[in-house]
Amino acid sequence: MLNISGIHEGFVLDHIKAGMSMSIYKYLKLEQLDCPVAIIKNAKSNKMGKKDIIKVECPIDALDLDILGFIDHNITVNIIQNDEIVEKKELHLPKQIVNVINCKNPRCITSIEQELDQIFILTDSKKEIYRCKYCEEQQKKKINITR
Amino acid sequence: MRHLMSPLDLSVEELDELLTLANDIEKNPRKYAHACEGKKLATCFYEPSTRTRLSFESAMLNLGGSVLGFSSADSSSAAKGESVSDTIRVISCFADICAMRHPKEGAPLVASSKSSIPVINAGDGGHQHPTQTLTDLLTIRSLKGRLDHLKIGLCGDLKFGRTVHSLIHALTRYPGVEFVLISPEELRVPDYIREDVLKKNNIPFKELERLEDALPELDILYMTRVQKERFFNEEDYVRMKDFYILTKDKLSLARKDMLILHPLPRVNEISVEVDDDPRAAYFKQVQYGVYVRMALILTLLKWR
Repeated sequence: MLNISGIHEGFVLDHIKAGMSMSIYKYLKLEQLDCPVAIIKNAKSNKMGKKDIIKVECPIDALDLDILGFIDHNITVNIIQNDEIVEKKELHLPKQIVNVINCKNPRCITSIEQELDQIFILTDSKKEIYRCKYCEEQQKKKINITR
Repeated sequence: MRHLMSPLDLSVEELDELLTLANDIEKNPRKYAHACEGKKLATCFYEPSTRTRLSFESAMLNLGGSVLGFSSADSSSAAKGESVSDTIRVISCFADICAMRHPKEGAPLVASSKSSIPVINAGDGGHQHPTQTLTDLLTIRSLKGRLDHLKIGLCGDLKFGRTVHSLIHALTRYPGVEFVLISPEELRVPDYIREDVLKKNNIPFKELERLEDALPELDILYMTRVQKERFFNEEDYVRMKDFYILTKDKLSLARKDMLILHPLPRVNEISVEVDDDPRAAYFKQVQYGVYVRMALILTLLKWR
């Protein structure tokens, strides 16, 4: 087992579906943070077989984790303070996601007015259905989303 | 301030008040002849729609107001690349209320978010056309006396027809409403209407292919045009198109008090020989469209 040293303050994102860590790295805009980030790919997991893990050493208010709920709400978020896990954050589907995915409907106003925010509203949490705020076109929640 | 983007923006109570006002306008047009004196309606039509635009303009003129606007994107600043958000900010300085039609879905919603005057969605692509739905509801309520306990047949293109989807949505809010959905396999209502609107709300409905099978039991027949371009092959279109021509002969199967509605334009799906039948309500429907738009303009200006 590969060892990455513990962190004093920050996050450990565990149980990431193997291969998804780089997408999450992008969505959380971790490249913009000036702090240590460890990405562990294909770690052994009893539950999942293989999994990815991301460790971020940063102030705990530096990240907006709502988007993780949209990408995969099975990810475990451990919040670390003073070298200890102080909270295991439960992820929920966010009610609204802004500028994460783009509306694919060519008839949508966002297809011609690029400056508009891409806003999707959760309309059915059971079926995990998001609809574009403008044209109401359905966007099923997908794990393998790309920017 | 309120806008109208979807027919469901109005609660059942608000809708009831609006339709009652429309009926009062119908009975006492003089009472409202100066109700909007000094007020201006901007009709911002980014794509041509003669009927809807003239209906809005007629409504405002009947209220003693005046109208200004454009009837295609070519004759507006959109041709120069201006955004909808900027256009509505400018229009807000010229008019008291705006009716907007746009080929792109959600454009009126964008406008409403930046506008300082009420915006009415006058049709946005295949998305919403709320004043058509208000027109349909006023026609049904005026001629049937109610919006509840009705069996409504919707016939033709139920897949792409936005008027049909909006009407189903709006009518499911009334008790005792049943639907008979008459369409070829290829043009049946989308899954989300069947599952999320009808089944979810326990609304009784059945899906049929033959108009003749449905006609005897209907209170209302809402006809739509079957468009050739929706079919994958010519053969299917030819097979289906004659199913949905309402003729005098077929009409003999229907009840004496059944209403025939159509959002128009009609092509050949209602034979002209049906026009003189007392059950044909599609031209009355156009007149009700003016009354309901008058009531809507008055209401939105009052709420401003």
